[in-house]
Amino acid sequence: MTVPVSWYLYLAAALFGIGTVGVLSRRSTITIFLSIELMLNSVNLTIVAFARDIGQTAQNLNAALDGQILVLIVIAVAAAEAAVGLALFIAVFRNRKTIDVNRLNLMRW
Amino acid sequence: MEVAVFLVFAALALASSLVVVLHRNPIYAVMSLVVTFVSIAVLFVLLGAPFLAAIQVLVYTGAILVLFLFVIMLLNVSRDASSGGFDLQKAIAVLAAAGFSLLLATLFWGRYQGVELSPLVESQVALKPLARLLLSKYLLLFEVIGLLLLAAVTAATVLSRRVKGDVA
Repeated sequence: MTVPVSWYLYLAAALFGIGTVGVLSRRSTITIFLSIELMLNSVNLTIVAFARDIGQTAQNLNAALDGQILVLIVIAVAAAEAAVGLALFIAVFRNRKTIDVNRLNLMRW
Repeated sequence: MEVAVFLVFAALALASSLVVVLHRNPIYAVMSLVVTFVSIAVLFVLLGAPFLAAIQVLVYTGAILVLFLFVIMLLNVSRDASSGGFDLQKAIAVLAAAGFSLLLATLFWGRYQGVELSPLVESQVALKPLARLLLSKYLLLFEVIGLLLLAAVTAATVLSRRVKGDVA
């Protein structure tokens, strides 16, 4: 017996929810950033599951590979995003001596 | 067998992602995120994407999370200063996230309930078609990604450079 595609989708939905809790409730910028990476990865899992399903129903190998290439692009963009984001943290920490989101309230109305 | 592997690694991914969100020490959070990402890589293999699984382990756990560890140790942010108790913001966050996840699960249930997958055949996991597609139909995208990574490296270098007049 193979695993139904819906199980992967439910797992991805649960991981996305856990990541959302992390983004909304934590105060440490690093943990918020880690939660965003978790959410990105759960979306990747969804895309691969969809690609597997489409490749099977359409009987078309390229349809499944299109999805895998999309995930490859997402991983590359995530790497770029992480590099720039962490450099921003270093720049902020150098100026303010903290990266606690509650104390970085210069632009708060 | 496949179901057993799925269940083990799905449970591992869920448990370690909860540790990421709940643990107060960011080093432990990064380490359990490694476990989550490796579990997701195993699920990629089950879904017939072994190349993505390799890239996931190499790029995510090998590069991005090491970068996180490096920055955490560089900035010396040992502990999260947020209050340990259960305040209104956390309650709203949990409610919002649970609502959104349930909404997603309902959508998936309506469309994908009872959809069965046939076992993978060899042509579905071959690397050659993927490589061919990436360097023909998606060649422009491939080059743009290279440019994006170059821009990111430049931006990261400029941003983290020490400028004259900085105190630290």
